[in-house]
Amino acid sequence: MERRELELYIHIPFCVKKCNYCDFLSFGTEDERLAETPCHPTRKLPVPEVYVTRLCREIQWYGAKEKFKHRPVISVFFGGGTPSLLSEEQIFRVMAAIRENFLLCRGAEITMEANPGTLTPGKLNQMRFCGINRLSLGLQSALDSELKVLGRIHSYGAFLQSFKWARDAGFKNINVDLITAVPEQTMASYQKSLEQVTALGPEHISAYSLIIEPGTPFETLEAQGKLILPDEDEEREMYRLTRQFLSGMGYERYEISNYARPGFECRHNTGYWQGKDYLGVGLGASSLIDGCRFSNTADMKDYLELETGSGNWYSESERLEQEAQMEEFMFLGLRMVRGVSEKEFYRKFGKKLMAVYGGVVRKNEARRLLARKNGRILLTERGLDLANIVESEFLL
Amino acid sequence: MAADQSKIRNFCIVAHIDHGKSTLADRIIEMTGTLTSREMQAQVLDNMDLERERGITIKSQAVRIVYKAKDGNEYIFNLIDTPGHVDFNYEVSRSLAACDGAILVVDAAQGIEAQTLANVYLALDHNLDVMPVINKIDLPSAEPERVKNEIEDVIGIEAEDAPLISAKNGINIEEVLEQVIKKIPAPEGDPEAPLKALIFDSVYDSYKGVIVFFRVKEGTIRKGTRARMMATGAEIETVEVGYFGAGQFIPCDELSAGMVGYMTASIKNLKDTRVGDTITDADDPCDEALPGYKKVNPMVYCGMYPADGAKYPDLRDALEKLQLNDASLQFEAETSVALGFGFRCGFLGLLHLEIIQERLEREYNLDLVTTAPSVIYKVHKTNGDVIDLTNPTNLPDPSEIEYMEEPIVSAEIMVTTDFIGQIMELCQERRGVYLGMEYMEETRALLKYDLPLNEIIYDFFDALKSRSRGYASFDYEMKGYVRSELCKLDILINREEVDALSFIVHKDSAYERGRKMCERLKEEIPRHLFEIPIQAAIGSKIIARETVRAMRKDVLAKCYGGDISRKRKLLEKQKEGKKRMRQVGNVEVPQKAFMAVLKLDDK
Repeated sequence: MERRELELYIHIPFCVKKCNYCDFLSFGTEDERLAETPCHPTRKLPVPEVYVTRLCREIQWYGAKEKFKHRPVISVFFGGGTPSLLSEEQIFRVMAAIRENFLLCRGAEITMEANPGTLTPGKLNQMRFCGINRLSLGLQSALDSELKVLGRIHSYGAFLQSFKWARDAGFKNINVDLITAVPEQTMASYQKSLEQVTALGPEHISAYSLIIEPGTPFETLEAQGKLILPDEDEEREMYRLTRQFLSGMGYERYEISNYARPGFECRHNTGYWQGKDYLGVGLGASSLIDGCRFSNTADMKDYLELETGSGNWYSESERLEQEAQMEEFMFLGLRMVRGVSEKEFYRKFGKKLMAVYGGVVRKNEARRLLARKNGRILLTERGLDLANIVESEFLL
Repeated sequence: MAADQSKIRNFCIVAHIDHGKSTLADRIIEMTGTLTSREMQAQVLDNMDLERERGITIKSQAVRIVYKAKDGNEYIFNLIDTPGHVDFNYEVSRSLAACDGAILVVDAAQGIEAQTLANVYLALDHNLDVMPVINKIDLPSAEPERVKNEIEDVIGIEAEDAPLISAKNGINIEEVLEQVIKKIPAPEGDPEAPLKALIFDSVYDSYKGVIVFFRVKEGTIRKGTRARMMATGAEIETVEVGYFGAGQFIPCDELSAGMVGYMTASIKNLKDTRVGDTITDADDPCDEALPGYKKVNPMVYCGMYPADGAKYPDLRDALEKLQLNDASLQFEAETSVALGFGFRCGFLGLLHLEIIQERLEREYNLDLVTTAPSVIYKVHKTNGDVIDLTNPTNLPDPSEIEYMEEPIVSAEIMVTTDFIGQIMELCQERRGVYLGMEYMEETRALLKYDLPLNEIIYDFFDALKSRSRGYASFDYEMKGYVRSELCKLDILINREEVDALSFIVHKDSAYERGRKMCERLKEEIPRHLFEIPIQAAIGSKIIARETVRAMRKDVLAKCYGGDISRKRKLLEKQKEGKKRMRQVGNVEVPQKAFMAVLKLDDK
């Protein structure tokens, strides 16, 4: 009987409006791509009922399988999109479907991403009631001018209100998302965001450096020369500042862009970097199960109409051979500040890490991009800045 | 088929590039039913993919067509397609020698262009009767009457009854065919005389071996004839003779005076059967060869290296095969510190170079690094020796050099009067010597310049086109060598000299070229973990410098469950990108950086 731990990811691909930098699979309320589907978000019910129903059916389908039935689910993550657009009743339905069909562990970490402007005290109470115990708030910046540039729907004031309501509802584990290298951002304005956020004392902070993604409004603006972005040097200074400032406030960096009070590292995300199995449900969601990586269709019409797991249900599916698994173990594991364990590598693959990667490790040690300490291989400070260069060398 | 000479016409079509030569050939073939329309693919005669894509003819081709004329007789037309580009001038000249007449295609809108003139003069030099045809009359901008006058005034041939056609839309093609019968003379020659046949092309076929294309001037060639190549002296047994169907070879018993066809024999090496040579019967030889044979020599050289060093033998095989097909291609092994093992290859011109490069990449699947092209410099040493320098790296120490000479071409540039200023400025920048200007008509002029060949092998064509908005056309021929103040410009990357980037330049433009070269390389070389100086130097003197700053950041901010496949692809791409780099010291240089020197004109 399969008893290995499992993580669940639930995708809610709806937003009030897409942000200017976002390339995630998500639809704004008035997205034309939904016109051909029976899925029509409304102001009153931003997440269409048909979607939630389909999602619950998918959860049921997997839960009925022998393969998943007995696996303890140690974390659930509602990502998006904007999962906090779910109505109180919808939150209840999805959580009930998970509990009924999976073995949800006592003490599992259950996170919901939420955006200011979509939360009410009532909804937050409902989340708590349903067992959601971690909230990830998308703030991005404490300056209204920067929020506007990013195309966010909320003000800093709205965030403060949401944060307070969340604490009042009893959330004791809150993450706040920030973005660095925002157009027109300066060191001073960024420091101000850090100061204001830390003053609220969330348990966890994610600080992402802005990436101009293809197909986003930012890409178009950049091509037209209309985005004034901080240069590489400034961006790295912001990165340094994040680390120093947050360290001083009691937040330790545990991954390239993630900082937490001791004991509050996100368990769900840590699972991704450690190669744990995760099952993604919802439109376009990805999974890693028993060395097989697959993704659901990203086509809404197909998602609603096809049988779960039938012909075109999966948009991609790939079996990872041992070589690919070793590569992932390295390039994902190195994102963690503590790096990867040589013992763990041996336990997983039956080969010594240094026997497989000795050359790459030594070369990068010599370049001072990698360090080898206490049976672990980890990126140095410079190595973290240049992680792609090091990681690409671990491809066999 | 024993044919009556009076019912044979051997002709070619000449035109400026893009005036519709190959399209007219297609229509003629289609009209005469040589190919059914199902077999018909646009531009039948250009049968290399590359030719069809670029819309140019690289190798000569021939086709035999049977045409039933209005007078009730059947005529045999041998249509010989000629390469249109100046690089292949010699091949054009040999193809022309195989014909008795030429159809001159002139674009009804553009009128006479530089290559129109060059090709017509070439045809007249070979005593061909030139019959003008005005093409593209369906264009809104067509001015057939003006073009007719231009042909009469500028070239001095009768154009009053020139057919007005649209090859593209098949308008008036029959008129062309009828005029061919009337205006192009039938071949002459005695079938009983000793054999004399002119080779105008040869190709290599993996089944039949070398196939030689020729025109019989005198006598008759049959299967079994012991043939002698008069210039190379090679003697071979004729295995098969035949003529050209469209896209296929049709064997026959014999080919006699006036006919065009092919022969196969046990020939392994294309060098034995050079274009321009005369075939005779070894058992009954003629007194003297047909005139005009010359060995063609490369004018432009460059280094070609496999991107993957392990592919060196593959590159050698590929070059050998191409050489079978193209006797003007030359190559010899060389080694570069930066690029490893490769070949120094000689070409007729820059287009020839590009074509060979593309064929190697496409037909032989090779990934190449090509160094900047160089002309042949004559280096006169103090000890009296003269060396032909094809690779800048081999330039002797300046103390051993008495003086140097560089090749000069005489160029003719046809341009609309609006752009004369810009084009003269361009020629000036390229060290051109102004010889004169002739007005063709009110709006167009022919500029004559002497230009150093090394100034036109890089980006002269591009510069010419961009500065005249595409309206200038250009033709040149070798003139000779002149003494010149030249020096070798070296490029240092991270303080290491990169031999493959060195080039010879005139002293006056050295500083400018060096500066631009550094700027270009700065754009091409990616940031490394350390700072990289890029310097240009003459001898030990640094004349320009740029710096590629050290990389500070290359990291993906987010990587969660849904990002992992994408992350893997990104890392794979990064790794793949590295393979396309050349290691120079501890710097990785992208392959295309070695071609940077080709694109220094920034106007």
